[in-house]
Amino acid sequence: MSEEIFVSGRNIPNIDPVLHIWHWQIPVYLFLGGLAAGLMFFSAFNYLRGRENKHEVTVKWASFIVPIALVLGLIALFLDLKHQLYFWRLYTTIRFDSPMSWGAWTLMAITPLSFLWCFSYLREFVSAFSGKKKWIDKALNFTMNIVFKFKWVATFEAYVIKNRKAMAWANVILSFILGIYTGILLSAFNARPLWNSSILGPLFLVSGLSTAAALIMWLTKDKDERKLFGQIDLLLIGLELFLITHMFMGFLAGSQVKIEAAQLFLGGEFTAAFWTFVVGIGLVIPAIFEIMKLRGYKIPVALPAMLILIGGLIFRFIMVDAGQITRFLY
Amino acid sequence: MRYAMAIDTKKCVGCSDCVVACQTENNVPIGFCRDWVVERVDGTYPDLELEYRSERCNHCENTPCVRTCPTGASTIIEGGIVKVVKGKCIGCGACIQACPYDARYFHPKGYVDKCTFCDHRVKTGLNPACVAVCPTNCMYFGDLDDPNSTIVNTLKKRKYKVLAAEAGTKPQIFYLI
Repeated sequence: MSEEIFVSGRNIPNIDPVLHIWHWQIPVYLFLGGLAAGLMFFSAFNYLRGRENKHEVTVKWASFIVPIALVLGLIALFLDLKHQLYFWRLYTTIRFDSPMSWGAWTLMAITPLSFLWCFSYLREFVSAFSGKKKWIDKALNFTMNIVFKFKWVATFEAYVIKNRKAMAWANVILSFILGIYTGILLSAFNARPLWNSSILGPLFLVSGLSTAAALIMWLTKDKDERKLFGQIDLLLIGLELFLITHMFMGFLAGSQVKIEAAQLFLGGEFTAAFWTFVVGIGLVIPAIFEIMKLRGYKIPVALPAMLILIGGLIFRFIMVDAGQITRFLY
Repeated sequence: MRYAMAIDTKKCVGCSDCVVACQTENNVPIGFCRDWVVERVDGTYPDLELEYRSERCNHCENTPCVRTCPTGASTIIEGGIVKVVKGKCIGCGACIQACPYDARYFHPKGYVDKCTFCDHRVKTGLNPACVAVCPTNCMYFGDLDDPNSTIVNTLKKRKYKVLAAEAGTKPQIFYLI
């Protein structure tokens, strides 16, 4: 038997007895970042595949959520900082070793690009959604008047539209980096055994793509588009389940600290939350609904879509919370 | 130059003088500490073994905290001392997550704070505050690159261990056992 105590007294807030320095801001950002990355990826990718007019929601309309999600995510990230007035220090250096530096620079590139991408579709957006309700028309007119106040904006718009293809390529690459970075951010911490798995990058990427596919499926009215994204989502859910299984296999075949990390989910304190909310409600049940829908059963699309989105958010909360508990023992 | 510390667990009595000395020397805010004492008891009564360890930042050779820092606020200065530059720290917490020893914390002012090996004292040839006050002289501070230093000679003679060697950080605080 062995027992360890601090005899000098040590009770640093949020560090003792277990680490809890990252609160709601980080999982919320990871969710929004993953969602934005997924939406942007599908939008730019489908544009490059020439489906601009076939999959209007994917390419044009859903991408309007991207800048909103990114800005909200950035606000969450900013709120997480404890020395906030110095945040600009992120942009006075590039540190290749630090995933957070990579993320900061990726966000710096993809956020303005996502605004430009939406800007290039703004006129189409306005003409597609006006004439339905009075207050919507008012809001759209107000936006158009502000955006196109100066003459050069229209010239700039023509330039942006002309360069859409280049922008799409940049967006495909950047959204991929953003999506996978949300996982790599955590996996780079070797001191937290639960996070220190190279599966986390692909897992968070797939999860982000899956939430994005669910949202597109929910938003679209087009039958083909809805079916396609239902199928894509089903594939992604399968992949996610495989990666989760693989992650636990890796942990259980690893060192003692990794085994203990896995035990948190296999009998430990996160077991119920993880298997019910993330795997059950977030993956398996929506997958069953999707299959039933594809087989012709009438199921409202909002149901699986919402479950996947909620599952994705809870997944990130659990991973961030549980990871901070795991540590090296000596 | 490679500063390191050897701490004799056989001599340490767990008085926590090192903790108080550090708090006074470095103006550590109330409720926080840069070093701390751990008491470890092994065995079943009546066969018990007791070990006292004064712990702090290990000033590792392979530094996960410096690696994950997005702004370069966590740096390695002369002698391998790991230090935080206040004016560059954004308080993101990456280094706290990266440290297997939980040696870092958020200063109430927002930046990350930790043991500095009392670099301001070491520069002038003094020992760090914790070493200087130890009533049992259980701590040895010195340069590993100097073959005549006390620490090198002590490590040659005695059996020692480092904490969480499996974390791969190559810690530079050696516990004599």
